[in-house]
Amino acid sequence: MSEAIRKSTAETYENKEVVLDVKDLRVYYETPKGDVLAVDGIHFKLYEGETLGLVGESGCGKSTAAMGILQLITPPGRIVTGEVWLDGSNLLAMSEEELRQRRWTKLALIPQGAMNSLNPTMRISQQIRDVIETHEGKKRGDDIKQRILELFKMVGLPGRIYDMYPHELSGGMKQRVCIAMAIALDPMVIIADESTSALDVVVQRVVAQTMLRVKEALGVSMIMIGHDMGLMAQMVDRIAVMYAGHIVEIAGVEELFYKPGHPYSQLLIESVPSLTERKPLKITEGITHDPRNPPPGCIFQLRCPFVMDECRRVKPPIVEIRPHQQVACHLFKQQEDGSIIDVRDIATNP
Amino acid sequence: MGPIPRNYLMRRLGIFFLTIFLAATIIWLIPRLAPGDPITAMIDRMTRTAGYVENSDVIIEGWKERFGLNDPLPVQYVRYLGNLVTLDFGYSLAYFPTTVSQLIAQALPWTLGLLLIAVTITFLIGNFLGAILAWTRTPRLVRYLIPLAMIFTSIPSILAALFLLYIFAFLLNWFPMLGSYELGVTPGLNLEFISSVIKHGTLPALSIILVSFGYWALGMRGMMITIEGEDYMHLARAKGLKSFYILYRYMVRNAILPQITAFAITLGTLVSGQILVEYIFAYKGMGTLIYDAIVNQDFAVIQGTSFILIVMTALAVLIIDLAYPLIDPRISHGGK
Amino acid sequence: MSTADTTPETVAAEAPAERGELKRTMGRFNQWDTPWLNPKLIAGAIIIGIILLGGIVGRFVWNTDLAYTASSPLNLPPPGFVNTRGQEGTWDHPLGTENSGRDMLAVIILGAPNSFLIGVVAATVGMGIGIILGFTAGFLGGRVDEFIRLISDVTITIPSLMVLIVIQTLIRQVEIPTMAIMIAAFAWPSPTRLIRAQVLSMRESGYVQMAKLSGASTFDIMFREMMPNLIPYLFASFIGNATGAILAAVGLETLGLGPQRIPTLGGTIYDAIQAAALLRNMWWWWGIPTILLATMFIGLLLINLGFDEIANPRLRRSSQ
Repeated sequence: MSEAIRKSTAETYENKEVVLDVKDLRVYYETPKGDVLAVDGIHFKLYEGETLGLVGESGCGKSTAAMGILQLITPPGRIVTGEVWLDGSNLLAMSEEELRQRRWTKLALIPQGAMNSLNPTMRISQQIRDVIETHEGKKRGDDIKQRILELFKMVGLPGRIYDMYPHELSGGMKQRVCIAMAIALDPMVIIADESTSALDVVVQRVVAQTMLRVKEALGVSMIMIGHDMGLMAQMVDRIAVMYAGHIVEIAGVEELFYKPGHPYSQLLIESVPSLTERKPLKITEGITHDPRNPPPGCIFQLRCPFVMDECRRVKPPIVEIRPHQQVACHLFKQQEDGSIIDVRDIATNP
Repeated sequence: MGPIPRNYLMRRLGIFFLTIFLAATIIWLIPRLAPGDPITAMIDRMTRTAGYVENSDVIIEGWKERFGLNDPLPVQYVRYLGNLVTLDFGYSLAYFPTTVSQLIAQALPWTLGLLLIAVTITFLIGNFLGAILAWTRTPRLVRYLIPLAMIFTSIPSILAALFLLYIFAFLLNWFPMLGSYELGVTPGLNLEFISSVIKHGTLPALSIILVSFGYWALGMRGMMITIEGEDYMHLARAKGLKSFYILYRYMVRNAILPQITAFAITLGTLVSGQILVEYIFAYKGMGTLIYDAIVNQDFAVIQGTSFILIVMTALAVLIIDLAYPLIDPRISHGGK
Repeated sequence: MSTADTTPETVAAEAPAERGELKRTMGRFNQWDTPWLNPKLIAGAIIIGIILLGGIVGRFVWNTDLAYTASSPLNLPPPGFVNTRGQEGTWDHPLGTENSGRDMLAVIILGAPNSFLIGVVAATVGMGIGIILGFTAGFLGGRVDEFIRLISDVTITIPSLMVLIVIQTLIRQVEIPTMAIMIAAFAWPSPTRLIRAQVLSMRESGYVQMAKLSGASTFDIMFREMMPNLIPYLFASFIGNATGAILAAVGLETLGLGPQRIPTLGGTIYDAIQAAALLRNMWWWWGIPTILLATMFIGLLLINLGFDEIANPRLRRSSQ
């Protein structure tokens, strides 16, 4: 069975183009007692048309990572190093004006707090209109209305909210407005930052489906950030697991659920009993080390059930244990011939 | 824009009438709480200052009869309220037989004109500077200069008035020292009169502007910083909107709302400050009228001017309150 | 770094750099860790402190009897200046004298604390009323809240100076406490509003909810849980209130409605205006109390800004 999975995921990504390539992104927050290493060197690629889930418990840096990619880090936070390649250029090496022009046309956001993400003193239509007109120039009133109503239809919003203000809408409707806004300019990548977690369960599901439908229709790539593994499993193609500012594993959904590599991934999966049943992530303990001063070696050593001496000294390299399943853990060693062995196998049968 | 919600309207109207009613009652009550009756007290003070007042007993009785002070208090109170409604404050004691209303009618336009101009300029400049101060794209130099200018903020307008008077009118002789217009000029819509009014009004207006723009700038800056942390600002930046558009359509538009509320609240203080400035410049408005009345012990005028100023302030607050729903959709568009 | 394999020179070269680094970080710690050491707050406190200290120490080093009428020559300028009559100032009266023969230095030593005192007493009384009403409104809610809000909205609309003028014109002869209490009658609405708003937002906050669940009494919640968080707001509000009260007092004094028997700064300005000191170029008469008052207000502003930054840390950004 694992053979079959391996094949399918490998094939899926063989011929796909990379639309977003994040390299060694580091975002630190300045605090009185030193920098908090919120995102400490993450690498990943986003392929054309795929949905990548970014999961991890609260405070692991997943939202900060998204903000880093979007260049929306505000003080006391700062981007220390990194490259974010999108459509052939590095967002982090750009002038502000170049960056501004790429925002929303190439990279859109469905925000975390949709409740407060709309300008309270602006009509809904105007808030969508301003993004269109900023990037495409002034438009005729009728044309733009037509276009906005079209967007409303795509996300299942009634036309009557056109002239309404945000406080007149329900939470689910506001979230749909945000989705409509995100697709208004047909971007290459959409980042959905915990876009459904503030909604109640029923609305959450409906909004998530809308998001997926729209994504399919447009063929846009998407990064979906969340902590609900159940919901993730149904919506994304691959999952990146974050722990304390590091991506510890990236794998296809099925690999991750059936054959998790990293002990932390295993811990996360264990907290979800079934793929089809929704249940919030069971967090056994929080992050145990001081985020200002992470221990040398593996970031997960303090909570890892398989911790070894090596883990306390050396940072684990990223190892591709199966095609497109990358894990940063000392348990997996690459042999001379390129094959991967699990250290635990050697220990149990020499 | 939607209509003004009924609850909101009723509450604002209620505050307006209650303010006027309370002010009227306090003004009526205070002289009656003081020992003796107001007329005797006044003649007593005149005696003290002038040494001797002829036929004081006869005068006192005459006035008492005239003002109906021999009637029972509730009757007096109701009559007093009735008179207020018709803006009848009786006669000025110092300028008999001029009525208090006539004096006020002469002074009020000056006060209103000066106040309106000074306050509008203050509010605009203050909020503009506050917005600039909080905007991250403002040049550093400007951001350091504005707080320096704000030192003026803390100084009461009356002190600023004294300094401006001394420097620009007395030492430099750029502006006239006293009054609202040149004595020889005929009031009317002629150029000479208008330029004279502007010349005389500049320093009083400047004293008010200098001391209060910083208050608005600080408030605006605080609001802007608060708004900068809002989720919708995050999204606005992600949308790649132009920086200046974000500044005025997202930040200023939202930050100005509490500023307008604050404006309504501080209007009373503003009026008080203006009265004192007018007195320093002997500007022909309510301030000078009040000061003369204090010197002349003209209690009827003090009562009348105080009442009118309180009504004016309450009215201005009411107008701001009623206009507010037009700019804040959260009130006019009641929502759910 | 192990010292065994390092030569003395490298140790000597490295140690100061390391210490410097340490000092820098320590400095940053201190500034952040104790927001009360706010530079604006300290500067303001020093200004006010000097003015008050001058009022106290001055009484011992300067003959304050000179503040009475006809105790000194008339209309003398400060030393180094000449008045319109050609008289030169002397060091006997370092700040000059006015037209009824009072020594300006003595007047200021006595007057400055008086003006300040009125403000502080009025602000304290106003604050006391504000705390009680604000807590009551915020905590009880309902009808009581509605009533308190209405009354404070009404009071805040009234230009207090007008009512005070009406009262003072009738009483005329006032002492510091009377004046302070009358001003306090208009100084309570803004602390009431502030505290009510804070109490309302805190009532919803987690820790107060927790305290309620764990069965703490209302009184306990108010004073043990909420008060400590309110303190910076209370201070800021108090200073703002005191500024307003001093402003009202100075306003009344300059209209000649202040205390008559004791010198005040506003009263001195009133005398100067009455005697046309501006036209006679007796700048020291009106100018010195004006500058002193202005300095006092600047000090209060700095303290107020300092407290604002403590209460609202976000304002600290870009403040310097």
